[in-house]
Amino acid sequence: MTEERHDVQLTVNGHHRSVLVPARRTLSDFLRHDLGLTGTHVGCEHGVCGACTVLLDGEPVRSCLIFAVTITGHEVTTVEGLAPADGLSPVQQAFRECHALQCGFCTPGFLTTITAGLADNPAPTRADAVEMIAGNLCRCTGYQNIVDAVLRAAEISEQTSW
Amino acid sequence: MVTRYIGKPVRRVEDLRLITGQGNYTDDIGFDAAALEVAFVRSPHAHAEIGEIDVVDALDIEGVVAIFTHEDLVGPAAEPLPVLIPHPSLHAPRTAYALAKDTVNHVGEAIVMVVAENRYLAEDAAARIKVDYRVLPAVVGIPASRAAKTAVHKDIPDNIAAHLVQQVGDVLAGMAAAPHQLEFDLTIERSCSMPLEGKAVYAKWDPDDSSLRVYSSTQAATSVRAAIAAKLNLPLPKVEVIAPDVGGGFGVKIMHPWPEEILVPMAAMRLGHPVKWTEDRREHFISSAHERGQEQHIRVGFDDAGRILALDVTFWHDNGAYTPYGIICPIVTSTQLLGPYKPGAYRVEFFSIYTTTVIVTPYRGAGRPQGVFAMERTMDRIAETLGLDRTEVRAANFIQPDEFPFDQGLIFQDGRPLIYDSGNYPAQLEMIKEMIDWAGFKDLQADAAKAGRLMGIGIGCYVEGTGPGPYEGAHIQVLNDGSVEVAIGLTSQGQGHQTVFAQIVADELGVPFESIRVTSGDTRRFGYAVGTFASRAAVMSGSAVALAARSVKAKALKVAADALECSENDLELIDGMIAVRGNPTASIALGQVAVLSNPLRYAFDEAAKAATQFARPADPNVPPVAAGEAPGLESRDYYSPPRSTFASGMHAAIVEIDPETSEITIDRYCVVHDCGTLINPMIVTGQVHGGVAQGIAGALYETLAYDEHGQLLNASFMDFLMPYVTEIPGRLELGHQETPSPLNPLGIKGAGEAGVIPVSAVIAAAVEDAMGFRIDAMPINPSALFDLRRDFANGKIDAIRSRP
Repeated sequence: MTEERHDVQLTVNGHHRSVLVPARRTLSDFLRHDLGLTGTHVGCEHGVCGACTVLLDGEPVRSCLIFAVTITGHEVTTVEGLAPADGLSPVQQAFRECHALQCGFCTPGFLTTITAGLADNPAPTRADAVEMIAGNLCRCTGYQNIVDAVLRAAEISEQTSW
Repeated sequence: MVTRYIGKPVRRVEDLRLITGQGNYTDDIGFDAAALEVAFVRSPHAHAEIGEIDVVDALDIEGVVAIFTHEDLVGPAAEPLPVLIPHPSLHAPRTAYALAKDTVNHVGEAIVMVVAENRYLAEDAAARIKVDYRVLPAVVGIPASRAAKTAVHKDIPDNIAAHLVQQVGDVLAGMAAAPHQLEFDLTIERSCSMPLEGKAVYAKWDPDDSSLRVYSSTQAATSVRAAIAAKLNLPLPKVEVIAPDVGGGFGVKIMHPWPEEILVPMAAMRLGHPVKWTEDRREHFISSAHERGQEQHIRVGFDDAGRILALDVTFWHDNGAYTPYGIICPIVTSTQLLGPYKPGAYRVEFFSIYTTTVIVTPYRGAGRPQGVFAMERTMDRIAETLGLDRTEVRAANFIQPDEFPFDQGLIFQDGRPLIYDSGNYPAQLEMIKEMIDWAGFKDLQADAAKAGRLMGIGIGCYVEGTGPGPYEGAHIQVLNDGSVEVAIGLTSQGQGHQTVFAQIVADELGVPFESIRVTSGDTRRFGYAVGTFASRAAVMSGSAVALAARSVKAKALKVAADALECSENDLELIDGMIAVRGNPTASIALGQVAVLSNPLRYAFDEAAKAATQFARPADPNVPPVAAGEAPGLESRDYYSPPRSTFASGMHAAIVEIDPETSEITIDRYCVVHDCGTLINPMIVTGQVHGGVAQGIAGALYETLAYDEHGQLLNASFMDFLMPYVTEIPGRLELGHQETPSPLNPLGIKGAGEAGVIPVSAVIAAAVEDAMGFRIDAMPINPSALFDLRRDFANGKIDAIRSRP
């Protein structure tokens, strides 16, 4: 039998999208398979690693734990939607400057998490920065430079907001 | 002024795509082509005979395209997978079939492959497939394997896959003559690479061209290609393998061919449609490789100064269910155990043994962490016995700077003599002691003790053979616009190859860094390569890139000299321009030289048009391409070293133990590291950070918890305690020492694995120092430490002698 499909209508990175998907389609698979936004990565499929983190109405969520059908009418931002038209966001710039990524697989989840974290707390201490990323796994970097990048991103944001 | 790139913290070329979501990992490919997706039925039993496989119910699911069992495999694909690295001592090798035939030997072994329109449907179908199992007793852990009540493979009753003895010097005589002797046992548990991206394979068959294109998340694209061609009966040129962006490897992806690397391409050929498989996290835990598990028995004889007169080590290495990667890990343990030391005599014997668990193949460090654990625990025991400072005993055993090249008298993993090329261990020891304030710690510890706090310090030293051969190559081509295409055969998993190899080309060739594009792991661009493992990419491909750049430069100068009517010796190549020294007006752009290097020059582009002004009338009596020359400004060169080059390092840590909870906190972690010439210190530092983090993971958190039935109890990130940022010290402190390798053109030694190697030894030493009793098994967690403290309090384990 054919799986029943449901119309999901939402805004992704500022664009309205409408797609028919089965009820069991996860948001991560929906973004990757149905919308072709492969920047969001799936690391564990059980909500632990944080690689699949996207922003749902500005808040970080694990897209592997959400069914796409449940977010009709909401707004999603993925890693593809972080950069302004004319370059890189402060968090992206900071990741590059601080060598905060190696293989890059976990990186989209860190970028979205930190983007939301800095929106809440634009001037984090080092301890705040650690807390901000404490739910995301990275196997390459030992996290040293990611913590630096959080602080650097805050610095860039402050400089550019003047 | 000439801009130099080697040695500079040049920002990575890779980052721009990876931070904007434009990376291209294997699972990102194939959505446009509506690739079919694969799910596997994997054994739920550690050890069983397979009976009937009933797929009828599964076929009812709409969207299921094909189901394969071993019976559907033909020709070489139906044979056992290869033993990649045979060894005379591996007397009983066994490998799996791509899909299990008759028996399964670990939980997770693939039995049935389902291909469907998507992964959801494929999993629905897989869940409906019924397999009859006759369950056999599991063999879990080294003691059970050694006892051999059950044979993993029934024709190998003692469970021993390999047995190897190496000896240098007279251990019996050394031991007899030694004024002091010790004998003890050590244990290291299993751990694994666990990259954030698991394995993945995407294959596309082109029926018009009878060719296959495969993308795989691998560390060895060229060898995967050769394996596919052999297993699927295809001529090598009809198979292309590409390792696109790879989300971490750490060793598990150097193992090949994985069953899926044969099965997915086979399905794509049979079905005439692109097919993809992406490993999920549970699959990665139960069907990709693990490492580390060893039990060690050590006997050592030494003099009053702590000098080792004889060292006799026997160890048992759990190789899991099969031996596709040979005995590389235990060979590495047995040889790299010696570290920076020169014992009077050394004998090592190991048994590589079967268990009904996931296969064991290299994970970052590849046997070295276990060897270093054995040696460094031995050093600490000697110091304790003699009442000497732990660093003093190490210093007494060091190979001295004037003794290089130093022959350890053993055969290394590459089959070559274990000869250290360069190093300066005494200076390294001074660096690490100063960095962590070794001398000042005693006061710190005493002050802490007064406040009821338990602090300890530990040190660990290692030597790492890096950059083994046999070879790597590079192809460099200058295009008409002056841009430079570089292709190397080995793959990248986040090490920044596109950046560091461009740095080498920029310096060696004399072109702007921005004009260079590096492609790695694409067999269309470079067909002969070995792979990315054993900290060999910078050493091997870096050297090949340097040689190829030098060849291209030589050819460019020759062509330019002809065009400018001067001697090659009068020319210099700077920033992409070749000019006569002292006369910058007599110059020619490298792109124009590229045009001139090809006698056929249709004026397709501006460079070709511009170059015609330099073209000199040809001699009608000589061929346009002279003998021994070739059109085009390009070169393909290989680097093949006589043997490995030996990096080294020393780590020290200060830990604090919570007296109530036994929680272990690392207060400081210091690293001194020598990887010869640093190409990009930013990247090397990142590699060391990541290595140390994996070392800490292996020392304090990660194990693979099998029950007696061979079920992996912690096969998810909820139970496998991979560290978050909160588990890694806030500041890892690093110092670089540079003793260039004399074996390669740039003096490079490998850096990739270094960080992980001594960590368990260092943490064990520090915890021991804090607690006052011995730590003989790693990893150690608060529960285990709590139990040891209770045993210690009850007098069941001995105190270590107090430090001097």
